[in-house]
Amino acid sequence: MESLRIGNRVFRSRLFVGSGKYRDYEQMVECFDASGTECVTVALRRVDLKHERERRNLLDYVDRERFTILPNTAGCYTTEDAMRTARLARELGLGELVKLEVIADEETLLPNTAATIEATRVLAREGFSVWAYTNDDPVAARALEESGATAVMPLGAPIGSGLGILNPRNIATIVGRAKVPIIVDAGVGTASDVTCAMELGVDGVLLNTGIAKAGDPVAMARAMRHACEAGRLAFLAGRMPKREMAAPSSPKEGRFTG
Amino acid sequence: MRGGSGGLRVRLNGEEIEVERGSTIGQLLDRVVSDRSRVAVERNREIVPRATYDTTPVAAGDAIEVVSLVGGG
Repeated sequence: MESLRIGNRVFRSRLFVGSGKYRDYEQMVECFDASGTECVTVALRRVDLKHERERRNLLDYVDRERFTILPNTAGCYTTEDAMRTARLARELGLGELVKLEVIADEETLLPNTAATIEATRVLAREGFSVWAYTNDDPVAARALEESGATAVMPLGAPIGSGLGILNPRNIATIVGRAKVPIIVDAGVGTASDVTCAMELGVDGVLLNTGIAKAGDPVAMARAMRHACEAGRLAFLAGRMPKREMAAPSSPKEGRFTG
Repeated sequence: MRGGSGGLRVRLNGEEIEVERGSTIGQLLDRVVSDRSRVAVERNREIVPRATYDTTPVAAGDAIEVVSLVGGG
């Protein structure tokens, strides 16, 4: 498959996988392997000071030669908190990457797009490569691009919902107008959702719960990998035009039956 | 905000603790984490660069955050 360039990074896999909600780190790593991903997201949280010494660190499980680590600002509700989180991630040695999320409210986990645009502008100026999580809104996507986002990440459906691509027309519009990579992030529940997104022409898909909370997460990770490749190949191939009525695939001429 | 034993009271990850007067961020970190390279530190909402842990003093009333990576989407 042709490679994908995002900022100064090149990926052969177009699947981006989150590191949350697995049974344990061993299962997480198995899922990463099965998914074929080359880029995994992580979150930043306070160190649990009472148990720090016996607790295993995520970084002990993720081979940084193989995987790009994309820190998120999940759980941030203000521009300032998202910017603090991005700067802490950079201080942790994760480089200039950030998956910027500024969440509007806890019930929907939908993004506060105005605040995300503002944070994108500041962080891009500070040299961050901002991958901006946003709504499936072509206007917001364009504003993020104009504010310096390296990639724009419209949601398929609310985070963790597994509802799939709720507004494929908007996603297609976003893709059609974008000059930066578009990655569908959130709401992807199963393999067909990944294929659906990729067939719309998005550059990649980011998912977490769809794998981590599947009946067999490792098997689903493998399914997601193939779904992503199938969708990309179908997009590049170009689908047949849809028609209102049937058209026979076998010739009408030469029939020897009634 | 002088503590009972003449220490300083600071908030570390939201919990009030007492540290010795004259302590640095580096000394505080060594008390609570096993590997400095796995954490990042904020003091009063400003990043404390790794290179300055051992020269940055802790002051009374400081709010210090020590964070690391966890699984997330």
